Amino acid sequence: MNAPVTPGAVTRGEIEDFLYHEADLLDRWKLDDWLKLLTDDASYYVPPNDKPDADHRYTLFTVADDIVRLRERIIRLKDPNCHAEFPPSRTRRMISNVRIDGIDGDLVEVSANFAIFRHRRNEPVRQFVGRYRHKLKLTDEGLKFYERRAILDAEELGPMGSVSFLL
Amino acid sequence: MIANSNGNGHTNGNGRFVVEDNENLSFSVNRKVFVSDDVLEAEHRAIFDTCWIYVGHASELKQPNDFRTRNVAGRPMIFCRDRQGNVRALINSCRHRGALVCREREGNARQFYCIYHGWSYNTDGTLKGIPGDEAYPPGFDKQAKGLVPVPRLEHYKDFYFASFDKNAPDLATYLAGAKDYIDLVVDQSPSGRMEIISGVQEYDIKANWKLLVENSVDDYHLVTTHSTWLNYMRNSGVNITPAKGHMLPTKGFGKDLGNGHLTTDNPNYRGRPVAKWISVYGEEAKADIDAIRKELVERLGEARAARVADTNRNLCIFPNLVINDGSSVTVRNFFPVAPGHMKVIAWAMGPVEETEAQRARRLHAFLTFYGPGGFATPDDVAALELAQQGFAAWREVPWSDLSRGMGSSQEQLATDEGHLRVFWRKWSELVEARQ
Repeated sequence: MNAPVTPGAVTRGEIEDFLYHEADLLDRWKLDDWLKLLTDDASYYVPPNDKPDADHRYTLFTVADDIVRLRERIIRLKDPNCHAEFPPSRTRRMISNVRIDGIDGDLVEVSANFAIFRHRRNEPVRQFVGRYRHKLKLTDEGLKFYERRAILDAEELGPMGSVSFLL
Repeated sequence: MIANSNGNGHTNGNGRFVVEDNENLSFSVNRKVFVSDDVLEAEHRAIFDTCWIYVGHASELKQPNDFRTRNVAGRPMIFCRDRQGNVRALINSCRHRGALVCREREGNARQFYCIYHGWSYNTDGTLKGIPGDEAYPPGFDKQAKGLVPVPRLEHYKDFYFASFDKNAPDLATYLAGAKDYIDLVVDQSPSGRMEIISGVQEYDIKANWKLLVENSVDDYHLVTTHSTWLNYMRNSGVNITPAKGHMLPTKGFGKDLGNGHLTTDNPNYRGRPVAKWISVYGEEAKADIDAIRKELVERLGEARAARVADTNRNLCIFPNLVINDGSSVTVRNFFPVAPGHMKVIAWAMGPVEETEAQRARRLHAFLTFYGPGGFATPDDVAALELAQQGFAAWREVPWSDLSRGMGSSQEQLATDEGHLRVFWRKWSELVEARQ
């Protein structure tokens, strides 16, 4: 574990820059660059719509990736045989209401709101709206995701259909 | 009941939507069945109003007064356990003027209450109270004004089904050979008690509901639609080399279970939480999987344990319940809201005895393949939606081909379409032959 984060060691502005940079990489499908934003033990979660606060060990999630599966997910997303995302969806992410919620050892707990618009040919636009709850690590290479959690607001996935791209 | 594709009625084989020609070995389905409002209406009457339709699992109602609300065959339903502990399926509509009397997804309630005029009901459906009931005329029978139960509600090993046809055969008869395959799921639990795990996946597919029946049991598509999942398996150290002369790593079969029910039945290569280790689970899981296996053998004997642990089976219970007993167990229910639009509701299922580590492994294995965020299901959804888009030209390209494996002297393979034809024959029997 790194040294504990001292309060004030990272500003909300720096967190915002980090999240906006991440959103830009994802919207441009720069997925290998995106992987560099993760720690070597990072995880990524999308809880089920009916149990947004649940634990993935006891509850069926929509996505619960450890770093191994997350890297495999990126291999899949870059493959033209990832049919749900070929051609890649056009996405646009809006991130707002960024807050530092607290410090837990060497982790910075961050929340933000997101609205992602996803466009595909022959389909109406699909909107994914919700809240991020991340745990970020302050490393020598800058901020990195230790835990990345995207919580959807909707009662069901319904017209969103699949969560085949990264929220 | 329905006009056929050329408007001439369908008194002979040529006028039907499902055309089987065993002489020339062809089996065709007219694509109008995927796009027509008239066909969907006929399906509601001939299939969803007469067959046994899945409602839920007893494990979802642990305590008296527990309830779940859901859609069953197009009806709003309260699936609940009454105060005495009896499982009920009540139509969620006030006897007064129709409003839903329970709006929450799930919970525990001592009564169901209509917010419109305040009529309230006990969890066994009986009427509890009416505000200002002195204004009702003499002879007004409160006892006859309870919530309406489904005409028939029966279960097989805790899987509850409803029928809106009060003259339907009993559920056990209806399920026919599908019972043996439910048994293979239930036998995974030492006490014979499986449970629905918390967390539901509810998503829409812009495709006809029957396409998900086909897709759920169709192993022909695995290599093409799911090559990225196979890559993941290979990268994780799982052997995915096709068996000699086959498309898949093992030789599996497609089976007719009677009454329109069908299943795949495949030797497993992709790992099973009960109880076949693969490298994806990690070395540390080996001893635990061995222990699960040992319990199975002690309880069931070597042969039955191997049957439970070493095969995976995608079971379709006609018309709209799929239990995939593969790299995890998923219970998947789906229903049409329009010819080109279905809603899917899917759960994970596991033995009640599972330890925390076993449950976590099961859920991890589930998400590798299944569900809207899995490595495979989103590509199935893409394939079904592309098919639905292609059906817009059903007048010019009217027939889908389901003849794969016809004329083979051998048992039908899971990569053939013999088991898909089982579904279509039953569909035709109910929708077309009823006229």
